Amino acid sequence: MNKETLSPALSQGRGGNAAIANPIRPAFDAHDEPGSVVVSIGPSHPATHGTIQVIAALDGERVKRVDVHCGYLHRGFEKECEAHTWHNLIPYVDRLNYCSGLINNFAYCEAVEKLMGIEMTPRCRYLRTLLSEYSRIADHLTCIAASLMELGAMTPFLYLVMIRDYIYEHLAALTGARVTYTYGRIGGLARDLPEGWLARLSEILDQYQDFIGRVHGLMDRNRIFIDRTRNVGAITAAEAIHWGITGPILRSSGAPRDLRKDTPYLAYAELDFDVPVGINGDNYDRYYVRMREMDESVYMIRQLMEMLPEGPINVDDRRCTFPEKTLVYSEIESLINHFKLVMDGPSVPAGEVYFSHEAPNGELGFYLVSDGSGTPYKVHVRSPSFVHMGGLARLLEGYQLADIIPTFGSVNMIGGECDR
Amino acid sequence: MNVPLPVPLPPALEVAAAEVLATARALKAQGCFDLLIDVTAVDWPQRTPRFDVVYHFYSTATFARVRVKTRVTESDPTVDSLVPLYGSALFMERECHEMYGITFRGHPDLRPILLYEGFEGHPLRKDYPIGREQPLVKFIK
Repeated sequence: MNKETLSPALSQGRGGNAAIANPIRPAFDAHDEPGSVVVSIGPSHPATHGTIQVIAALDGERVKRVDVHCGYLHRGFEKECEAHTWHNLIPYVDRLNYCSGLINNFAYCEAVEKLMGIEMTPRCRYLRTLLSEYSRIADHLTCIAASLMELGAMTPFLYLVMIRDYIYEHLAALTGARVTYTYGRIGGLARDLPEGWLARLSEILDQYQDFIGRVHGLMDRNRIFIDRTRNVGAITAAEAIHWGITGPILRSSGAPRDLRKDTPYLAYAELDFDVPVGINGDNYDRYYVRMREMDESVYMIRQLMEMLPEGPINVDDRRCTFPEKTLVYSEIESLINHFKLVMDGPSVPAGEVYFSHEAPNGELGFYLVSDGSGTPYKVHVRSPSFVHMGGLARLLEGYQLADIIPTFGSVNMIGGECDR
Repeated sequence: MNVPLPVPLPPALEVAAAEVLATARALKAQGCFDLLIDVTAVDWPQRTPRFDVVYHFYSTATFARVRVKTRVTESDPTVDSLVPLYGSALFMERECHEMYGITFRGHPDLRPILLYEGFEGHPLRKDYPIGREQPLVKFIK
């Protein structure tokens, strides 16, 4: 751990912008917290998965005060969006939460479709739901695997990552990429399922059940795991809501709030599923809620495999859907249509929309403003990770220094989405 | 100060900049809008007043959503901070402050959050060129 006591010189830059002592100015230093040691953890710490800096004032081993700095992966996402067509942003939103790129795709595409007044086809609706749940499993697997490994549990890590790799390979067979899929399209999807894809999906779900059972057996009543996670990083539902926390962290505190249930979108209204909740809102509950949510996702996927209707995956709307390639080569209208869609992008009427999906980490919302041209006037991402970082100090303060690792792991901060 | 809310509540409200805090207080107390989802701004350089500050609220009791918009001028881009009501405003207003230069009155800590000390300008304003390079920040040992 990079242990350093911040000198008073670091606070010289406060108030003025002539002499910048520290481009990342902490909220406090050793002078503000007399009697405590101020340590800087991160931004690249081997035990945290995520580029973030936590500045902590310690009283012995106890964390008294925390200042969280994010932004190390900031790459001007929202500014860049204003320089491309609506269509060109799809590969870009993949890179927000790169553990579940498909959900970002679908949330963005559906927000644009709302602006354009497009109703997606039934097959597309069910496929998006199925793939969202599949992505959620991959995301939760990543989160649980990494946070267990950081506590020294190597075997469950390998079990979980193995299943995740089956999922990645399987999604690569559908989309052509393991992580950044670019599979959603405004008004539909890039392509339909390949031959035999659902049969392999069934196999993977069976293997998932086998290995998730082993992880339950290894972790749920493991003395070391319970000691490290029970009553650590606890938060009540009221506090979580105050800090804007959504998703599994809110549900772990006992509030059964899930957008899939509360304000159903896609095909969730037709599915039978439970919303698992925790009791204490501590690290153990966050682990368990995610484990249970994956089971519910598997249950939903099995229902969706039965329900999946035949039919087209793209809407028949020349404003956003590309014409058949054979028509592009044989008739002038389709050629021009193709040309306009590539050069100018889909024409989205002027207006604004906020639309959100229940992403694995919480509410992923897109606030889009269109001025009627082919490029977005504004794209704002309401990313759950960023909002959760605002409440992270609340989860860390009062606990041990070593508890920062499991708590931070259970929050599942994804830098790409947090820093945009 | 208490602001009466329109009944039934429309999905989007436009209020004066001075009434943002009172509106949020009324939304939280009367409408159970207990979750502040998002704070952002929109820049309209040709328009006066130039900026929209946009809030999204959600109710975990009724599952209703409401968008609150207010306009602020370029010369005085100031609104009241919602930090006294919502903890989540702390980070979201910091981001809005550095990206658009909106000042949130009463916010305890408006340090940069995604950017850094010494970053010049507000990158999400429309007059900030997308290719602009920033000067090196000197680190004084």
